[in-house]
Amino acid sequence: MTTLPNPYIPEIATIIETVQETPAIKTFRVTLNNPERMKSFRYEPGQAGQLSVFGVGEATFVINSPPTRMEYLQFSVMAAGEVTSRLHSLKAGDQIGVRAPLGNAFPYESMKGKNVVFVGGGIGMAPLRTLLLFMLDNRKDYGDISLLYGARSPEDMAFRYDLPDWTTRKDMKTVLTIDREAPGWEHTVGLIPNVLLDMNPSPENTVAVTCGPPIMIKFTLQALKKLGFPDESIITTLEKRMKCGVGICGRCNIGTKYVCMDGPVFTYAELKKLPSEL
Amino acid sequence: MMDALFLADDKLSAWLGELAAARRVLVPVREREAVVFRPYAAGVTPVLDRQANVPPKASVFPASEALMSFRYTKNPENLGQVAVEVHETIDAPPTVVFGGRPCDARGFLVFDRVYDTPKIQDTAYKKRRENTLFVTLACDDPQNTCFCNVIGSSPYDATGSDVLLTPVAGGYLVECASERGKVLLESKLLSDGAAKREEAKAVHASSLAALDPVWDPSPAKAKLIEKFDDMGFWEDVSAKCISCGACTYLCPTCYCFNVTDERTGMKGERIRTWDTCMSYLFTLEASGHNPRPTKAHRLKNRVGHKFSYYPEIHGGPIACCGCGRCISLCPVSVDIREIVRLSIERPTAKPENK
Repeated sequence: MTTLPNPYIPEIATIIETVQETPAIKTFRVTLNNPERMKSFRYEPGQAGQLSVFGVGEATFVINSPPTRMEYLQFSVMAAGEVTSRLHSLKAGDQIGVRAPLGNAFPYESMKGKNVVFVGGGIGMAPLRTLLLFMLDNRKDYGDISLLYGARSPEDMAFRYDLPDWTTRKDMKTVLTIDREAPGWEHTVGLIPNVLLDMNPSPENTVAVTCGPPIMIKFTLQALKKLGFPDESIITTLEKRMKCGVGICGRCNIGTKYVCMDGPVFTYAELKKLPSEL
Repeated sequence: MMDALFLADDKLSAWLGELAAARRVLVPVREREAVVFRPYAAGVTPVLDRQANVPPKASVFPASEALMSFRYTKNPENLGQVAVEVHETIDAPPTVVFGGRPCDARGFLVFDRVYDTPKIQDTAYKKRRENTLFVTLACDDPQNTCFCNVIGSSPYDATGSDVLLTPVAGGYLVECASERGKVLLESKLLSDGAAKREEAKAVHASSLAALDPVWDPSPAKAKLIEKFDDMGFWEDVSAKCISCGACTYLCPTCYCFNVTDERTGMKGERIRTWDTCMSYLFTLEASGHNPRPTKAHRLKNRVGHKFSYYPEIHGGPIACCGCGRCISLCPVSVDIREIVRLSIERPTAKPENK
């Protein structure tokens, strides 16, 4: 009789650094307190984790640092509810709980040799960041890489410390956009789906990876279809309310699929087969 | 299978006393208007002539339990530094569930496929399951809400039980139903029951005959998916529902839960409690978006999960044990059998604008 570890017990971790990304988004860089576990910790781009503030609760976030950079695990948290608000009050040195890795990953193996178009909106850039950095760290495995990253305003744009690299490096093409003109903004202005159509990426041997608010995803999918991307070549990540994170508590299912186990990463082809319950 | 034994009526409390000496024994007892499972003690009279209102689900899956405890400690040298420790808390006493019905014991088979898998094991559940034995009482008087025959079981189905009792004149025929059950049958209070076998068989046959005719629920697996966007159907079948969740709390196979933290000062517990997919809050997201905003959406998930998603994921078995409590105890008489049958029989409305 096999006995597996208790899936609900978090590991204790220390926040080593926080970054106020935007007024609503704060990033936490954490390391597991057990150095052996931190050393042996393995995950894949796209996988998520549950963060615990003991006494308040747990919530799910994607690990948005890539496994190729293991000095810490990075989670970006938008203040939206009780747990996220309390997380925002934490600082370096504070202890939290981590249950990770959870869920599936981006199909980064089968994407080898292909071009990749990233389309991220707002906090939806977080899961894309993991895959993008992973691919940049394994650059020769992938073809052309382009990124369209949009936010409402310059202040709402997270990961600004990444932008100087992403906008200047020769081995990727980056377009940054905001919804409306803003003073000092030197990049594109326009809604993500429209800017994507202007960019006109070729669907030839290309995979599109998108994440953002539901309305943005909806119109981005339409734009990608217009550009000729087949359903199998469009990848997105889903969010649902989750509790257990391991397919038991019965909260995040869409028909037979549990977003916490079978997702969060799905192709558009897979999404179309699911019952319409997003 | 060992030989059949016999327990005389007048030896029942002595046997329960023996069983209870070494472990917690849960028996159905009357509590105000309801029959519920409570620990046996001398003087307690089990109610064995009817199905308990509440299944013995809590014996293995408590309505509320601590998944862990946590404690914060301040560093006396630097009060800004606070460490936290977490401890697993599992309460899994050796238990016998006495007098549940075959549907009650089978309910846990639905849990097992989710809570104890090669990939993930719910540690507390698994330990309690290993420490719990079921002495099940075959039904001799099925109700008109019972439909165990429809889901492939019967009033005397011993699957999932360790000992099966059948009421016969003057007492019970006692049969061992699992290897683990043997340990319960070493009592001198039990005598040879071979002579009672035929009588027990007759009880089984008459119980089965008393149930409504069997019908095949398996086409619902595909039909419920086909009707997913037929909201007229779901609004119709959920019209009476008041979203109270009684169906799920009283269901031996409903296993969804919530997790919340409770903290007092520097310590606290992470608590798991039963939850219900019939509640609006169950899927409400922090953004305010709710993928199941109406009771029609929620009832669709409940019926869909039991008769379509679960059989699809687990290769056939339905996530329902046919106990009928969700029908008999529903305050507005929603009948899951009727919904499943209608899903099969009623033509699916074509979506508008397509």
